Amino acid sequence: MAIDQALRGLDQLEFQSAPARRDPGRIARKAWSALWPKLLAVALVLAIWELVTLSGWKHYVLKGPAPVLSSLWDQAQHAQLWDIIGWTMRSAAIGYVAALVIGSAVGLLVARIPLLRAAVGSIITGLQIMPSVAWAPFAIILFGENESAILFVVILGAAPSIANGLISGVDYTPPLLLRAGKTMGLRGVDRYRFLILPASLPAYVAGLKQGWAFAWRSLMAAELFVAIIGQISIGQQLSVDQQNLDFVGESTVLIVILVIGVIVDTLFTKADQSIRRRRGLLDAQGTA
Amino acid sequence: MSIVNRQGAPPGAPALVGDGTAQPDRQVAVRLSGVSKRYGSGPRSVLALDQVSLEVAVGEFVCLIGASGCGKSTLLSLVAGLDTATAGDVAVGGRRVAMMFQEPGLMPWLTAASNVELALRARKVPKAERRQRTEELLQMVRLNGFGGKRPHELSGGMRQRVALARALAQDADVLLMDEPFGALDAMTRDLLHDELDRICTEQALTVLFVTHNVREAVRLGDRVVVLSSRPGRVIEEYRVPANWTRGINTANTAGLASTITDRLREEMGRHGH
Repeated sequence: MAIDQALRGLDQLEFQSAPARRDPGRIARKAWSALWPKLLAVALVLAIWELVTLSGWKHYVLKGPAPVLSSLWDQAQHAQLWDIIGWTMRSAAIGYVAALVIGSAVGLLVARIPLLRAAVGSIITGLQIMPSVAWAPFAIILFGENESAILFVVILGAAPSIANGLISGVDYTPPLLLRAGKTMGLRGVDRYRFLILPASLPAYVAGLKQGWAFAWRSLMAAELFVAIIGQISIGQQLSVDQQNLDFVGESTVLIVILVIGVIVDTLFTKADQSIRRRRGLLDAQGTA
Repeated sequence: MSIVNRQGAPPGAPALVGDGTAQPDRQVAVRLSGVSKRYGSGPRSVLALDQVSLEVAVGEFVCLIGASGCGKSTLLSLVAGLDTATAGDVAVGGRRVAMMFQEPGLMPWLTAASNVELALRARKVPKAERRQRTEELLQMVRLNGFGGKRPHELSGGMRQRVALARALAQDADVLLMDEPFGALDAMTRDLLHDELDRICTEQALTVLFVTHNVREAVRLGDRVVVLSSRPGRVIEEYRVPANWTRGINTANTAGLASTITDRLREEMGRHGH
């Protein structure tokens, strides 16, 4: 049939211009082009650090990158550093998961119930803006110097961002999709399950990513404030090194904090990109 | 290929004859009686539709045409139940109504097949049946083999065909189309006219099709209804003879299209003073 063939031909034309995928050389080149600017930036920072050290500025405390990095390497061979990291990451995970559950539940309720939104919508944004370190003394009064106080601060830091991510995702569900869902007869729970929540996913993931950043900051602040007897955390290590005027020790801990933050953030960025790519929100180069 | 239920009654409902219960009207699929729609209230309100009366017979293809502001889309929203009339009565006799928009409105996170399947799921079609029916529907719009693609990977015309398959998945008797081909190139549009013609005949669908393209209206419609602007009123109806050879470039199409265009210009001129 002529129409059938013409239509098929037109459809096939749509796909012939698509570039060939799964080319290993192309993947390697892409990985390298993403990697070298980062390596260059790290090298630049180390070079500037070395120059400042060589200039003799604050020579009585300041040490160059070489002793700090070698100390970090040494510590990485010992269990103590990993014990400290493990303890802190455990708090981070528990606090973040609790913030995820609370933030998502509150976000969904606020998005669905107009009265609740009028009542607490702006409070959530207010909490999000509030520096969570301000909660630390309050948490100590409330819970004492223990893990509960730390988790309290982490949850208050992360949950508002997660709630707001979900709320804005629900709010910005494209009206056309809502109309399409309505004519299709999607109602009640199905409307949320198959339409509104999937449509909200990109904004929700953005909220989760921001929530992680806030959780990590809040955790460091809380650990600085809250000394738990018999357990050293990353924040407490910062505090101990400060008291000993241990520049090298302090620097290694800062590097650990930075690296953990970047690694987890990268995971969120990857998740965000894969969602966007599936939805056609990224171009072929993988940029928004 | 299963034929959609076009009797008006939901599947499995008993045939109601003379027992006093409202029986679906078997002649008229869509009836608008003195329908008005006013947006807002007070002196700043806008009268979008004014006393529109229109009947669409079962299996008829009616095109609505008019300049902007004639309330074409409003009229479809009322029939679809997305909006309610300020005055008058809109009746579809319990028929299922599906709607297509100018934009496909596909869920970008689902594949073409899953988009079609979602409409079946909304109707609570059992899972085993859904897969087979989705395959049939994609076949019907000649997209078999493209079910695994996501909307952004498809061309505009292909997306609209997925949207058409999704509308057909709603097992509707009445299909409302709001400028569905308005954003497509002319070549794709011509092919889709032929496809839509074939599918509507096969499925015996009643169609209410809004467009601002006069030739498209004449190419597709059994009847072309011209609406005035601000407020929208029915000002003229043209019946397209059933024995015409259909095509966008036939002399018959061109002739009637030019008559309708003249009538539309006359109507637009009214607003020029």
